[in-house]
Amino acid sequence: MNKKNLLWGLLVALAVAAFLSPFASPSPDGLERVAEDKGFLHLAEGKELIHALMPDYVFPGVASGGLATSLAGLVGTLLVFAAMYLLVRLVIRPKGSAGKGPSGKGHLN
Amino acid sequence: MHIPDGFLDTRIWVGAGVLSAGAVAAAVAKTRKVLEDRQVPALGVMAAFIFAAQMVNFPVAGGTSGHLLGGALAAILLGPWSAGLILTTVLIIQMLFFYDGGLTALGANVLNMAVIAPWVAYGTCRLVSNLFRSSAGRTAAIFLASWMSVMAAALAASLEIAFSGTVPLKIVLPAMLGWHALIGIGEGLITVVVVSFVSRLWGLEQPEQKSVAGGEGL
Repeated sequence: MNKKNLLWGLLVALAVAAFLSPFASPSPDGLERVAEDKGFLHLAEGKELIHALMPDYVFPGVASGGLATSLAGLVGTLLVFAAMYLLVRLVIRPKGSAGKGPSGKGHLN
Repeated sequence: MHIPDGFLDTRIWVGAGVLSAGAVAAAVAKTRKVLEDRQVPALGVMAAFIFAAQMVNFPVAGGTSGHLLGGALAAILLGPWSAGLILTTVLIIQMLFFYDGGLTALGANVLNMAVIAPWVAYGTCRLVSNLFRSSAGRTAAIFLASWMSVMAAALAASLEIAFSGTVPLKIVLPAMLGWHALIGIGEGLITVVVVSFVSRLWGLEQPEQKSVAGGEGL
């Protein structure tokens, strides 16, 4: 558990969002498939209560579908990282690491 | 498995919202006691990774896809309380910016994927890795925990949708569990690979002693 590994972890997340998401299967997921098959998918149509910036993970104003997905993935991944970081810092306000052992390993558990 | 607006009636989404608000409040109170300052980036990285991985749908069968849910991954590596906060954050961002999951359904989605999935995974992993104390047993425990977490979330989603009067339970439940039994295999494989990779990175020879079998988690 050190800073270098965490940075690598974030880079892996960004790489997955940028390079793998365009190759995601376009097929409906489990719930969507069930809603289609059992005839209740229409209940969700036009029921959106908020106007999302990037619906269906498509970055607005980008012609290429793959690139639009990659960009939405990158923005979303950074947004989630920042939101999680800030929420924990501001809401949980964790205490400092004083009083625990000197090793950097394993404390996360 | 993100429920959109329109599938749940008011009674159900309000009820699920109250339950998940209570669960998130408990997770906040619990992590306040145990979380350390320097652990914060790890929660951010886990949330970022789960968000990214959730975008990568893999085909399962017959024109249906699935994606990592991540509740088991977060619970096994960081404990069920932190996992709840992580998945809740992911779900809120997905709902606000990507319209993946509805606003009224947020409570139900948090309940299914941020509360039920991590706790079922955590409980299953502890139970099975205590029964079979070997490296293979540990792998089996992680796989089974991941599969169970997806099935439990699918069961909860089915109940919420059925009790909303959207579709009869006897129709929605077998269909949901059938597809998610397949999707859960993908969840299990990805979680086993990522957990073993991260455990090795952390240099913990027997991570279960600290993260799952031995402790309260975060």
